[in-house]
Amino acid sequence: MAKTPTSIGFVRDAIAPILPPPAREAGVTGWLYHNVFASFSDFTSPTASIRSILIGLLTVGLGYFFLKQVYGLLNFSIFSAVWVGQEGIKREVCLTVDQGGDLPSGWHGACWPFVYAKMKFIFYGAYNNDQLWRVNLTGLIGLIGLIWVIIERMPYRKHVGVFLLTIYPIIALILLTGGNFNTDYNNVAINVLIGLGLITIGRQAAAGRLGGTITEFAAMFGLFGWGFVIYAAITAALGADVGLVAIGTNDWGGLLITLVVAVTGIVAALPLGIVLALGRRSDMLVARILSTIFIEFWRGVPLITVLFMASVMLPLFLPEGVNFDNLLRALVGVMLFSAAYMAEVVRGGLQAMDKGQFEGADALGLSYIQKMRLIILPQALTHVIPGIVNTFIGLFKDTTLVSIVGIFDMLGAVQSTYSDTAWATPTQDDTGYLFICMIYFVFCFGMSRYSMFMEYKLSTSRKH
Amino acid sequence: MAATLRQNNKTISDEVIVSMMGVNKWFSQFHVLRDINLTVHKGERIVVCGPSGSGKSTLIRCLNRLEEHQAGDINVHGIELNSDIKNIEVIRREVGMVFQHFNLFPHLTILENCTLAPIWVRKMPKKDAEAIAMKYLETVKIPEQAHKYPGQLSGGQQQRVAIARALCMEPQLMLFDEPTSALDPEMIKEVLDTMVELAESGMTMICVTHEMGFARKVADRVIFMDEGQIIEEKAPETFFNHPENERTKLFLSQILNH
Repeated sequence: MAKTPTSIGFVRDAIAPILPPPAREAGVTGWLYHNVFASFSDFTSPTASIRSILIGLLTVGLGYFFLKQVYGLLNFSIFSAVWVGQEGIKREVCLTVDQGGDLPSGWHGACWPFVYAKMKFIFYGAYNNDQLWRVNLTGLIGLIGLIWVIIERMPYRKHVGVFLLTIYPIIALILLTGGNFNTDYNNVAINVLIGLGLITIGRQAAAGRLGGTITEFAAMFGLFGWGFVIYAAITAALGADVGLVAIGTNDWGGLLITLVVAVTGIVAALPLGIVLALGRRSDMLVARILSTIFIEFWRGVPLITVLFMASVMLPLFLPEGVNFDNLLRALVGVMLFSAAYMAEVVRGGLQAMDKGQFEGADALGLSYIQKMRLIILPQALTHVIPGIVNTFIGLFKDTTLVSIVGIFDMLGAVQSTYSDTAWATPTQDDTGYLFICMIYFVFCFGMSRYSMFMEYKLSTSRKH
Repeated sequence: MAATLRQNNKTISDEVIVSMMGVNKWFSQFHVLRDINLTVHKGERIVVCGPSGSGKSTLIRCLNRLEEHQAGDINVHGIELNSDIKNIEVIRREVGMVFQHFNLFPHLTILENCTLAPIWVRKMPKKDAEAIAMKYLETVKIPEQAHKYPGQLSGGQQQRVAIARALCMEPQLMLFDEPTSALDPEMIKEVLDTMVELAESGMTMICVTHEMGFARKVADRVIFMDEGQIIEEKAPETFFNHPENERTKLFLSQILNH
């Protein structure tokens, strides 16, 4: 039976033409064939036919179920919903005839007038009505800054980014709280003096006037010096009386709290996480042990426990008279908690790096910081964008847990509106949850899409 | 000593650029380098060969301290290699290295790969660094690829970029760690041609390679290593035609007669 290769092969004497793909592989037909009828087209044998028909029925059945759910949601939220309230009437606009209203018996739909009525509370909590412009202004500056940084064609993006991370938080803090903290200006003056002193020592050391050993620490002196000066500047700024009414964080609530907790957590988690991840992979034993302990501790306790510890237990350990703001304590808890998670995500990216990249950077004489900043982290962080955004989204939704320790975030605010009997209707809570559900979805979906855009952009620019 | 090493009408200076004396290294229990003594003069081209696991790569990686030695003295460009971090960075500035797997930075363009170290380590203005980078990209004959990313280049082109990247630091010594081992046969020649040109320009080079043709053509000395020791060290003609050690003879017969 053995054939010689020449008996089945031949040598082509003309170039084979390039042919278009068959109709079933391309165009609309091809798409339908691959995506819709792929399993509903095999009738070559009785068994295959039965299988095809069953799978086809399953597709139709699931499709019907899905569309029915979507219709149910649309019907509740749009078609059957009550959109317009009436002057002076509250819950009655959303009641059926049987319940004492005008709507037909058996009606089931969203009661949007309830949400309009509670909108201010859901967004701002108990923040003073005539001071809401402060929150809006803070949000507006933040939003403009964020959009500016995201759009690549904008000029001065780096400057805006630095502004957002340095000056903006101080502005936001002053606007939201009203500033006028009881700063001790003697301390401010002392801090400035210490800072200037350290900077001077650093300068002198850098110039080599203080002897060999100290010269090596010149940069550290400078760093600490500037740290003192900046700290003094911030406390001084916060102490300034800018003429705003003080509004304590107890009056903050709703979306305001959700965004404050989420944004602070997100902004702090990434840099802290990077430092912890580098620490955990460091050659220095002490750094490694400390980072590992930190990460494992915070990953080992539930966020609820952390929040309870922060708000209930911590004050018991502090000396009398020392009292941190309740929101601040929760913020620090959320920050450290998410930093630990972020650290492990970043470490995953670092592990995935080829050893050759470290060696390539070392062989060129780059210092550790240069190597990490210029070579390793840009690549490692790109690899783990899905994980980073995952942590961000998780953190955004975990902010709802602060409602457990008496901070009225958006979920807490909505829930507390249910106790208003003037608006008590059968669909009151469904409507409220649906509304904040949409808000959460907009933020989380936005983050998700932006991360996919970043992944796409970074992967196309590298063309692996 | 130096006078005896004249070859190809090139003079090797008396200046010693690398000296290793009684160097020993262990990977936990494994004695990977055993009592290595080696002197390299400025302008010399050394080829290191030997079976895999013989310590060739470890030997040259000790020279820019990608590996640490545990006993003996290594002196590179007049600087003693010890645990002082400052010395390590000074030495790495003067020693260029080309790796088997190129180790280009995939997130940077070819030009950025080349200008990175001059800008950040030598603190050179960007314009000057780019001028130097273009000069060396011309040397390795791929200036037109400057704005592409490494992933868009062939293996041979990537390795030539890696050579240019090392040259941009204008090093005193170039180390090559099996630069052609990861390349397709068609790409090997372009990289070897680049290395030959570099050798002819007078660069001090230590190459770990199995390219015996290259060794014959440019090497001033060929070093044969086995089991962590230097067991033969000769000028190429003598090395290939009259090897003394039995292990060398076996090695040569195996790589030359396949």
